[in-house]
Amino acid sequence: MTEAAYDAIVIGAGHNGLTCAGYLARSGCKVLVLEANDHPGGLAATWEFAEGFRVSAAHLLHILNPQVAKDLALELHGLKCAAADLRTVALDGAGGQVAIYGGKVEGVDAADAVAYAEFHRQTQRFTKVLAGFCARTPPRLAERGWGDNLALARLGWDLRSLGKADMRELLRIAAINIYDVANDRFENPLLKAAIGLDAVLGSHMGPRSPNSVYGYLHRHLNDGLGGGGPRVVQGGMGALGEAFATAAEAAGAEIRYGCRVVRIDLQDGRVAGVTLADGNGFTANLVLSNANLKTTFLDLVGPANLDAGFVRRVHNFRAQGVTAKLHLALDGLPEFRGLASTDAGARLLLTPSMDDIELAFNHAKYGECSPSPIMEVSIPTLHDPALAPVGKHVLSAVVQYAPHRLRGGWEASRAAFLQTCVDRLETFAPGIGGMVLASELLAPPDLEKQFNLRGGHWHHGEIALDQALFMRPVPGAHRYATPVSGLYLCGASAHPGGGLSGLAGRNAALQAIREQEAK
Amino acid sequence: MKPHDETLLLDTPFAAGVRRACQLQDWGHWKGYATPNAYEDVEQEYFALRNAAGVFDLSPMTKYRIGGPDAGAFLNRLLTRDVGKIGPGRVGYCVWCDDAGMVLDDGTLFHLSEGDYRLCAQERCLDWLHWSALGFDVDIQDETAAVAALAVQGPTSCAALRALGLDGMQDLKPFALRSFAFDGGELLASRTGFTGDLGYELWTAPDHAQALWDALFKAGRDYLIRPIGMAALDLARIEAGFIQAGEDFVPADQVLRPGRGRSPFELGLDWLVDFGKGPFTGRSALLRERQRGSRFRFVKLDVQGDKPAADSFILNKSGKVVGHVTSAAWCPSAKRNLALASLQMPWGRPDDALYAEIYYSRELHWTRLKARCKVIEGPLWDPPRRRQTPAPDF
Ligand SMILES: Cc1cc2nc3c(=O)[nH]c(=O)nc-3n(C[C@H](O)[C@H](O)[C@H](O)COP(=O)(O)OP(=O)(O)OC[C@H]3O[C@@H](n4cnc5c(N)ncnc54)[C@H](O)[C@@H]3O)c2cc1C
Repeated sequence: MTEAAYDAIVIGAGHNGLTCAGYLARSGCKVLVLEANDHPGGLAATWEFAEGFRVSAAHLLHILNPQVAKDLALELHGLKCAAADLRTVALDGAGGQVAIYGGKVEGVDAADAVAYAEFHRQTQRFTKVLAGFCARTPPRLAERGWGDNLALARLGWDLRSLGKADMRELLRIAAINIYDVANDRFENPLLKAAIGLDAVLGSHMGPRSPNSVYGYLHRHLNDGLGGGGPRVVQGGMGALGEAFATAAEAAGAEIRYGCRVVRIDLQDGRVAGVTLADGNGFTANLVLSNANLKTTFLDLVGPANLDAGFVRRVHNFRAQGVTAKLHLALDGLPEFRGLASTDAGARLLLTPSMDDIELAFNHAKYGECSPSPIMEVSIPTLHDPALAPVGKHVLSAVVQYAPHRLRGGWEASRAAFLQTCVDRLETFAPGIGGMVLASELLAPPDLEKQFNLRGGHWHHGEIALDQALFMRPVPGAHRYATPVSGLYLCGASAHPGGGLSGLAGRNAALQAIREQEAK
Repeated sequence: MKPHDETLLLDTPFAAGVRRACQLQDWGHWKGYATPNAYEDVEQEYFALRNAAGVFDLSPMTKYRIGGPDAGAFLNRLLTRDVGKIGPGRVGYCVWCDDAGMVLDDGTLFHLSEGDYRLCAQERCLDWLHWSALGFDVDIQDETAAVAALAVQGPTSCAALRALGLDGMQDLKPFALRSFAFDGGELLASRTGFTGDLGYELWTAPDHAQALWDALFKAGRDYLIRPIGMAALDLARIEAGFIQAGEDFVPADQVLRPGRGRSPFELGLDWLVDFGKGPFTGRSALLRERQRGSRFRFVKLDVQGDKPAADSFILNKSGKVVGHVTSAAWCPSAKRNLALASLQMPWGRPDDALYAEIYYSRELHWTRLKARCKVIEGPLWDPPRRRQTPAPDF
């Protein structure tokens, strides 16, 4: 059965899908969003993982694009922050700590403090250029039109405006690794560890991996836009998802939950609509997929309907997640060695050195979990006590490395890795093990299942330079439009990649609107 | 036979016979196999093809066996033509393209039995076949070394094969296949070839190769059968107007510079592209080309005089270069000086005045010639026996 036609169908109500739907609806399109799960936001979700304890998948908001927030009026539609401008505190587990806040760093010597301030200012200048580029559709390099030349000229101009020294430095470091860059500039191992972790969080990379510097710049995308430290969303990240949904609906989009798209229907090589798991279908000449690249093409369109060379590129897109999410329901507030009590609610980075991260990464290369995982920890209940019963707390940790394709499989290892994580936490916060009332570990295959995210990757796919910018996700689909006429990508697989920014959704919508108008 | 890591050039399964016959020792190589350019005399070999029967060792030809539940669907997505129209027991000429609609290779598809295929190709393309197989349940085997093959071409070929004991050979239709018992094994015969004439190709396991060679030349003696090398075959194929990968187009995966590939339309192979059959690799690009127009036209040119226009520029009336020759030869049977050429659009229309700029030397004295060319429509060499069934006897 096929229901009434829409101008556009968005597959997936992740924050990018909703952003896309919002922009499309504002331009006058009749938009339908189809979401497999029963909640909006994708990984911007909050749920009860133990009785009375609520936790979110993505837990900290740091690169939400200000223009998107403004255009969709997210605050008007319910987005509230329980905390903003969080400090980032790196701990070595032995009582040492380094705190980073607003371009300044505490806990290091004067030379490092000066060097960090300069590094931060330079990061701001670099990310300002990058953020501009991330808010636009990348130009075509081969068959260029005047619009592409204009976009390239703009990028060239932005780079030139950096000045000679900065431009040279950006070109020098963009493709190299954060390990060398951090060692060039700093002495303090903990400061270097914090910078290294920022560069590799979410990626199958160690600090010594080529172009890990790009990962750092991506994570700090908003630095150049005057953004401060990370924010904690009131009610959990799910409230952000709700705000995106309310905004899209207010713009006129219709959202249906529990609607799993199983096929993108084609007619003579162009998009005609979608079919759901229950057999129902919707027709539309425009379909925008918030599902990741491989799901969209290998599962929903199907290789047989695509050119073999394109299928090869999609197949080769590196999208194996290495990031797990650990959730602990705690009987009380844990005490971390060396952490000031005023910093308990900070963003905590648990790793003493870049070598510690690299050693943890080595295991992932061979399909093993790190025996000594690195973590980004937050305790949201310190800012938003309603997430747990009175006096109790939730610990939310992003954990690396936990490869999607684990040797021996996850069924056999999930419990052991959870224990490894708790043991590691114990070295940083003695006694925490005894406080655990309930726990949950979401390995990449679990994230894959819970969020319909093939590969379970943070960015829906690595953001190394060969899969970024002009090349994201793959040539032939790097401008949101794809080889299937009428089908666009609007999720994190597309430029500029993952993180809760809304940029992929916005760029895709604007590109689709431009191309439809040009017809 | 020695493996490739011990020897630069491999021997084909017919090597014993081939080496005995190759009086000139004029060896070339083809996909890693030693192969004669000529056995005794190119002209005599060519005339054997046109007036008697020539035998060409085809074994180095790249051959893939394709089976499994999705074999037909897989091939339909790979090739530009409708594979559904090539029934079991039939053979079809075909090309396959990359995403940009540029030809990767041409070849022949043998539908051996329901769902069981052999794809013969000029180039090696196992990786492309495997990439194309993503999402299909197919089994792909490289059987290049596992199948020995001989082409037997020319007006007496059918008679020679009947003398060999292949009864009923005269009833085999063009592009049809038939299996025979031979030497305690199987011999597959197809009425196919690369000469534009009556002719067959024989396929068997390497164990039977020697026996086949010996028996064929014994049976064919009265039919003036003789082995032919690459040079004679090349002359015959140019005369027949057949294109050759690497000569008349650069396989798309070997093209380095943008724009140097050619689409099927740009090679005059429009009839091989079927937009109605559903998706295939290159379809969108080829549809776009159909709408916007092609860049090149592939033509056969009748060149004035008798100097082959090899590697010549093609000029228009005002002397502007509008294309170049890809293959050329004085064709003895058609009695024409033929050139295959790739011309920029819109050149190559029936009435265009075109000239080939030919350089030739007489005793190291070089002369430049501007020879008038006329576009030829239809085949130049197309004897009725090529299509007749039963095949005419001799
Ligand atoms: C463990 C982890 C922690 C993270 N933490 C943070 C963080 O703290 N801060 C941050 O900024 N980023 C974080 N990220 C990254 C961020 O969550 C993602 O990059 C972001 O969610 C991508 O957004 P999206 O809208 O493109 O896709 P998603 O959030 O993945 O949403 C896609 C949506 O599409 C739906 N869908 C998929 N297939 C179908 C289908 N066939 N039919 C219908 N619906 C379908 C899914 O159900 C989902 O709702 C984290 C990622 C991971 C894995």
